[in-house]
Amino acid sequence: MDSTGIVIGFWALSAITVVSALLVLLARNLLHSLVFLVLSFLGMAGLFLTLSADFIAVAQILIYAGSISVLMVFAVMLTPLASRDNGNSLYLLPGLFGGLGIAVLVGFVAIDTEWAEHRGAALAESDFATTVGTVGQLLLGRYVLAFEIASVLLLFAFLGAIVLVQERRRGDDDASQDGASR
Amino acid sequence: MSDQPLAPPPPLAPPTAHRPATPMLQQIQDRPGVRDSLMGVPLPLKAAGAVVGLVTLALLAGVGFLVVDGRLEGQWYDVRDLGNATAGLRGWLQDEGVDHRIIWVILGTIGGIGILSVLGGWLLIGSWVERRVLAKFQIRSGPNRTGPFGLLQPIADAVKLMAKEIVIPRGADRFLYYIPPVLIFVPAMLGWGPVPWAERMTYLDIDVGVLYTIAISSIGVLAVFLAGWSSNNHYSLLGAMRTVAMMVSYEIPISLSLLSVVLLTQSMKLSEIVAFQDHYHVWLIVLIPFAAFAFLFSSTAEINRTPNDIGEAESEIVAGFYTEYSGMKAGLFMGVELGHAILVGALMSTFFLGGYTMFGLEEWIPGYLILATKIAAIYFLFVWLRGTLPRFRLDQLMGYAWKFLIPIGILQAFVVAIEASVFARSDAPALITLGAFAVVNLAITVVIVRFWADRLGYAPSQHATRPQLIADGTLGGLKAARKIREA
Amino acid sequence: MTPPGIPPIDELSVTLAHYLVVSGLVFGIGIVVALGKRNAIAVLMGIELMLNGVNLTLLAFSRFSSAFATGEEPLSGHAFVVFVLTVAAAEAAIALAMAVLLYRRRETVDLDRVNLMRW
Repeated sequence: MDSTGIVIGFWALSAITVVSALLVLLARNLLHSLVFLVLSFLGMAGLFLTLSADFIAVAQILIYAGSISVLMVFAVMLTPLASRDNGNSLYLLPGLFGGLGIAVLVGFVAIDTEWAEHRGAALAESDFATTVGTVGQLLLGRYVLAFEIASVLLLFAFLGAIVLVQERRRGDDDASQDGASR
Repeated sequence: MSDQPLAPPPPLAPPTAHRPATPMLQQIQDRPGVRDSLMGVPLPLKAAGAVVGLVTLALLAGVGFLVVDGRLEGQWYDVRDLGNATAGLRGWLQDEGVDHRIIWVILGTIGGIGILSVLGGWLLIGSWVERRVLAKFQIRSGPNRTGPFGLLQPIADAVKLMAKEIVIPRGADRFLYYIPPVLIFVPAMLGWGPVPWAERMTYLDIDVGVLYTIAISSIGVLAVFLAGWSSNNHYSLLGAMRTVAMMVSYEIPISLSLLSVVLLTQSMKLSEIVAFQDHYHVWLIVLIPFAAFAFLFSSTAEINRTPNDIGEAESEIVAGFYTEYSGMKAGLFMGVELGHAILVGALMSTFFLGGYTMFGLEEWIPGYLILATKIAAIYFLFVWLRGTLPRFRLDQLMGYAWKFLIPIGILQAFVVAIEASVFARSDAPALITLGAFAVVNLAITVVIVRFWADRLGYAPSQHATRPQLIADGTLGGLKAARKIREA
Repeated sequence: MTPPGIPPIDELSVTLAHYLVVSGLVFGIGIVVALGKRNAIAVLMGIELMLNGVNLTLLAFSRFSSAFATGEEPLSGHAFVVFVLTVAAAEAAIALAMAVLLYRRRETVDLDRVNLMRW
C-alpha cells in the first residue's frame, strides 16, 4: 500500500469536495452553484476511488455528475421565468445551526471514538480486483429483495414524474383542473 | 422618369487616418478584452503566472496518478504493458533498480503522449479527409490550394483560429463562458483510456471499462448546456436545449446495447470483450446486429454528427451551442467533435468489430494498425452519412429514441440474457450455439423492426410538432406509405 | 497482484476518522444548503450533498471494517451505496417534476413564496 499517494490524494480530494460544497452554498447564481455541485460530486468520486470502490466511483460519476445534474439543468430550462439567484431563505439561520451542529457532532464522534478498524497487514492482503462481481453477487443474492424493490421504486418514480409534468391537452375535460390552466 | 440626368455620386471621402468613431465602434473599442487586461501586466508576472499554472497542472496530474496508484493495485493503469517495446523498457528500468512508482510515471507519460499524439494527428488528417471526401460527394474539389491536394489546410485553419480575436458577448456569464471549451475537451480525452490498442496495450484496463465509457461521455452534456446558457444568445440556448435533450435520450439506447455486449461476453473489461471475439472468431456485430446498429446511431446523436446534428444545425441556428465562441474556443469545440467521431469509431470497433484482432492477422500486423484501420473505416462511414442523409427533426429524433430504440433494445437485452445463460450451460460446440444465436437475433430483429414500423409509424403531416402514439393502422408507418404509393 | 516493493500501510495513512470527518462536513453543508436556500432546485442540491456524505460514510465503514479483512460479506457497504444511488435518482426525478409543476402553477420555484397552507 502506498501510504503517501493515498494521503496526498485524500487531502487534495477532500479539499476539492468540501470547498466546492461550500461554494454551492456561497455562489450567487444557481448555475454557478450547479457547476460547483458537479465538481463536488467528482471529488467525491475520487474519494471513493481512494476507498478502492471503483464500481461505485464510476456509478457516482454516471448518476450524480452525469444524470442528476442534467436533471437539474432540465429543471432550470423548464422554469424560464423563475429567478436564477441563489438567495437564502428564512431558514438559513436554523439551517446553519443544524448543519454546523451535525458536522461538529459527527466530527467529534469520529475523532473521539476508538474505532476497531483494521489496518496494516490485514488491509494490505485484501483483494480489490473483483469489486464489480462481488457487488453484483450481493445485489442479486443476499439483497435481491431490496434490489427488486429499488427497481420498482425507480419505475414508479419514472411514471410519477411523467404523470406530474404531463400537460393535458385542451380537449380533455378532466375533472381535476390541475396542470390544465397552463 | 425625370429627364434630368442623375447626379453623379459624391466622391468618396478620402480615407482618414482617424475616422471619428461611431458610438457602436467606440463601445467596441472601449470594451475590455482579454488582451487589454493582460496589457498592463509586466512580463515577469505573466511568466510567474504561467509557471504557477503549469505547476498546478503537474501537481493535479501527480495527485491523480498517486490516487490510482496504491489501493487499486495496478488495475487502473496497465500502461506499463504498452506493447513489447515498453515492456523491454520496463524490464531494463527494473533491472537498474529504479523505484516502481517512477517506472509507472515514465511509462504512463509515454502512453499518454502516445495517445495524445495519435489523436492530434488524427484531428489534422481527419479534418482534411472529411472536407475532401465530402467535396467528392458533392462533386466539387474541396480544399486544394494550401499545399499539395490542400494537405496543409488543417494547419492553416488551426493558425487562423488561433490568431482570431476572442470575442465575449456582452451579457455573457463570464465564469460559465470560460468553462465549456475545457470541460467538453476532458471527456473526449478521458474516453480513450480503456480502449485496447493491442494485446497488453491499454491505458486503463479497468474492471468497469464499459461503465467508465458511458459515465465519461455523460459529462459532456453539462458542457454543452453551459456553453449555450452562458452565451446569452437565443441560437445558443436553442442548440443547447436540443442537444441536451437528445444526448440524454440517446444515452439509454447506448447503455442498453452495451448491456447486451456485457451479457454476452460476461465481462466489462474492454480487453476481455475483444478477447471473447478473438477466441470465438466472431464479431459481435454478427451476434447482436441490432445492438450494433443502436450503438452506432445513438453515438452519432451523442457526438452531434449528421444525421443527428440538430444541436448545431448550421442552416437553422447558426452554429448551435457554440455560436458565440470565437477563435480557439470554437476551434476546441470543432476539434472535440472530430475527436469524438474517432473515439466512437474506436469504441464501435472494440465492442462490435473485434477491436485490434482480425482473425489471426494480428500476429503479422501490429494490433494498433488494425484498430486504426477499423477506426478509419468507421470514420469514412460517418463522412458518408454526413454527405448522404438529411438532418432529422428534433421530434423525429426523440421519438426514434424513445419509441423505437429503447423498447427494442430492452427486448434485445432480454433475448441476449437468455442466450447468455444458455451459452454458459450448454455443452454444444461454440460454433453451433453462437451461429444459432446469430440467426435467432437477426430474425428477431427483422421481425420486431417490421412489426414496430407497422404499429408505430410516424405520419409527418398529421402531428408535425408533437408526435403521438398512433395505433390506428391508417395513419402511419409502412401501411400508410403503401397507401400513399397505391393512391 | 500486489506490485513488488510496496510497503504495507503504516500509521501515516488516512484512517476511518478522516473519512468520517469529511462526510460529516459534506453532510452539514448539505443541511445548510437544503434548509437555507430559497430555490427548490438549490434545496435539491443540498439533499444530494447530504446523500453524498452518507455514501462516503458507508463506503468508509465498508473499507475499514473487519469484514473486509476476513473476507465475509466484504462489500455490503457498496451494495447499500447502490441503493442510495437508486433512491437519489428517483427522488431527483420526482422532486424536479414537482418543481416544474410548481412553476406551472405559480411561475416561481421559490419555496418561500409557496405559503398557501401556512398558518
